[in-house]
Amino acid sequence: MMESSSGTASVATVNTNPNISTDRARWKKKKKSLLQQHQSKQNQNLQSHAKWKTEAQQQIYSSKLIQALSQVNLNPSSSSAPRQGRAVREVADRALAFAAKGKTRWSRAILTNRIKLKFRKQQHKRQRLASSSSSGSTAVATASNGRSSRRHKVSVFRLKGKGFPAVQRKVRALGRLVPGCRKQPLPIILEEATDYIAALEMQVKAMSAIAELLSRSTSGAGSSLEPMNS
Amino acid sequence: MSNRRSRQSSDPRITDDQIIDLVSKLRQLLPEISQRRSDKVSASKVLQETCNYIRNLHREVDDLSERLSQLLATIDADSPEAAIIRSLIM
Repeated sequence: MMESSSGTASVATVNTNPNISTDRARWKKKKKSLLQQHQSKQNQNLQSHAKWKTEAQQQIYSSKLIQALSQVNLNPSSSSAPRQGRAVREVADRALAFAAKGKTRWSRAILTNRIKLKFRKQQHKRQRLASSSSSGSTAVATASNGRSSRRHKVSVFRLKGKGFPAVQRKVRALGRLVPGCRKQPLPIILEEATDYIAALEMQVKAMSAIAELLSRSTSGAGSSLEPMNS
Repeated sequence: MSNRRSRQSSDPRITDDQIIDLVSKLRQLLPEISQRRSDKVSASKVLQETCNYIRNLHREVDDLSERLSQLLATIDADSPEAAIIRSLIM
């Protein structure tokens, strides 16, 4: 259950200590420093949330995204629609991670993920070529997938004492949703999730604005475009 | 801060208060829960709502990228239009 700051004070007074007056004085000092730390942390977090909500950040992201999208080859004849949508999604995520300037785990994970994927693809190809003579190649693919899921289950049971297993499951699910946070402890996952949510909201806002602009320009004659000043 | 009674956590420097703090911050970001009464929300509920919200945002981004890919495919044919758009936005 969640407690406010008054709740924490009641927790401290339960401490059985023979010398209550000095303990209380010590507790007051601790509380003051805690409050200051809490406020400074709040300011930091406010900065990170406010950072994602500024108009400037959205414009930085939008321009980067359009720049990247113009380089993607979106030819309707070359690939199917869902794959193109997937390609756009990856470009958007990479642009978002780039806009985060690498200060958060999830952004660094997105940026390095592409390199890892390329490397893993080469590894799988080599394994498949090697094992195609002995056994089926599908066995290798399923074994690699199974390895990742087995590792996930082991990490769930190892973290005891943090609450019910239901909470555990939810923490792990949240860790899987935020990129780069699969094996991180709870406070890191929470911190990353707060920044990630703010970034995602900005991404949705920017992409819908771009889509709106594009749809308006393609449907209209093109002369009714409103000038956007940066 | 390290004198606090901490349960068997993986890292003794991480206090429960810190976690409660982070969870409350997370709760403030979620659109639904902040409208209800704040004191009766459990951490489990916050985590569940966070997962759902992130999944929703992912789905929105997927739909938007789908839409953008279609729009860009049609607009690629008209190169002067694309140049105009790019010059306006950047």
